[in-house]
Amino acid sequence: MVEVQDSLLYAPSHEWIRIEGDIGIIGITDFAQSQLGDIVYIELPETDENIFMNSAFGSIESVKTVSELIAPVNGNIIETNEELAASPELINKDPYNNGWLIKIKIEDKKQIEGLLSPGDYEDMISGGNE
Amino acid sequence: MEKFIFEYKEKSELYLKKEEGDGKVEISKDLLQKKELGLPNISEGTLVRHFTNLSRNNFGVDNGFYPLGSCTMKYNPKVNEKIAGNDKFLNSHPLMDEEYFQGNLELLYNMGEMLKSISGMAGITFQPAAGAHGEVTGIMLIRAYHNFKKDTKRNKIIVPDSSHGTNPATAAIADFEVVEIRSNKDGLVDLNALKKVLGPDTAALMLTNPNTLGLFEKEILTISKMVHDAGALLYYDGANLNPLLGRVRVADMGFDVVHFNLHKSFSTPHGGGGPGSGPVGVSKDILPFLPVPIIKKDKDLFSFNYDLKNSIGHVHSFYGNFNVIVRAYFYILELGIEGLRKVSEKAILNANYLKEKLKKYLELPYKSNCLHEFVLSGEKLKAFGLHTTDLAKRLIDYGYHPPTIYFPLIVPEAIMIEPVETETKEVLDKFARDFEKIMNEASSQPDLLKEAPHNTPVKRLDDVMAARNPVLTFDDYESSNK
Repeated sequence: MVEVQDSLLYAPSHEWIRIEGDIGIIGITDFAQSQLGDIVYIELPETDENIFMNSAFGSIESVKTVSELIAPVNGNIIETNEELAASPELINKDPYNNGWLIKIKIEDKKQIEGLLSPGDYEDMISGGNE
Repeated sequence: MEKFIFEYKEKSELYLKKEEGDGKVEISKDLLQKKELGLPNISEGTLVRHFTNLSRNNFGVDNGFYPLGSCTMKYNPKVNEKIAGNDKFLNSHPLMDEEYFQGNLELLYNMGEMLKSISGMAGITFQPAAGAHGEVTGIMLIRAYHNFKKDTKRNKIIVPDSSHGTNPATAAIADFEVVEIRSNKDGLVDLNALKKVLGPDTAALMLTNPNTLGLFEKEILTISKMVHDAGALLYYDGANLNPLLGRVRVADMGFDVVHFNLHKSFSTPHGGGGPGSGPVGVSKDILPFLPVPIIKKDKDLFSFNYDLKNSIGHVHSFYGNFNVIVRAYFYILELGIEGLRKVSEKAILNANYLKEKLKKYLELPYKSNCLHEFVLSGEKLKAFGLHTTDLAKRLIDYGYHPPTIYFPLIVPEAIMIEPVETETKEVLDKFARDFEKIMNEASSQPDLLKEAPHNTPVKRLDDVMAARNPVLTFDDYESSNK
């Protein structure tokens, strides 16, 4: 079974965000990586770029397909996971820790309220269609 | 597995070596060849064997059933190859004076008339060299149309989530923003979702009909009205034209621009990168923007017309890949409109026949009758620790080209099957029987699928490693083997 972590919030487009004060760490879920299959390439924005809720901030390529990465909230990028360029498989192996994508300064903490709780996200993926 | 040609070190007498010269002619040192020429060192006999063996590793429609969804891999009649190989076609050159290739111009003109009658469009250009090239030409025409009307704020192109990957790629290459809309539960365009995104910034909606699930967009007239009411245009991706031939005209569904894939609907060979042909048809309003030249008929005389002041210009040298068009022209002439109607009829019948046979083994997520192709879901295979890709690889062992897999993206573990009209009932029955055998193997001996293919010159390729560490040149290959 795919893992949904209790300490995170989720977007319907299968990104997770870990909130640490004003800082948000973003990655894709275990469900997302299992659907994508082996990830071979990842395209991330540069530090200091802004990302916008519900808009693409990068793309992720697996042997099956290329998908967009969608921002769960607005923010300014303070760090990206540079290890992924050489080892994109980290996302498959450890999507919630070593496979993180970007770290942002959250612009508007109110946006967090619209995200899915672990329980809601679990219901969504067990519904099958997403 | 056949070696690379540079791996032969035969010391052939034919080998062109670096030569020192006999000293009789003085050549400045800096002009002398410094390294060996780097040509294959191989005898003529080995050379012939090399290429013959390579060709035996190939698989094409002339080898076996090739139900590659969305690609319309139909038989290419050999007579059209023969006609296209005629000296008169082969030896003409576009830089000759027009009076010396009137026949070629007449053929292009007539082919344009036939495509106009099949599609209902008002004008055609033959310049684009492939389907995707046709798409980008079509989208450039749409931009030219909006710009001409000083309607320059239209920077968005809408595509459904089931669209061919080339559609969003085309829009992005042509510098539009791509807006994706979800399909509804029947796998068709969701009219509410469309309504929400249509607006004064919409340049066009790109659509295939039937769509990628092989389903006919029943609301196409409503869709085209909505798009036109918003001031946008409707683009038809001709990839799925085969089941409409002689039955539905693209223009009558409200499309403004269409590209044709001659290698799909009109039976020219699918190239390994070319040469192909992707003519574009346009409605009356878009005629002034067509690439130049267009072909003019003046009584019995044909000529190139460059006099289109609002043309988007050239998108290919001269007039596209002429010899491909010759094949498609004779294909259409041989069949006639009645024959084309039989093509679409049998393409639809074959797909539905095979769909009914195969839905016993894998889930059919969208249940309505299909047109030329259908999509099954391999989710069920997961119970045996398998994926759709394992089934596809095992089909190779049975002598088939695997169908398209993992596309469209809206079906999990998708397998997309397009049997085309040129296959017989016997071929389809045999395929269904082999499919059943493989499904039995999936439950009894899943490793047979997991390790497939077994009967090929190379076993299962490591596509993850190939994508992560691509070896793209012979030098890379040599150093990776050291």
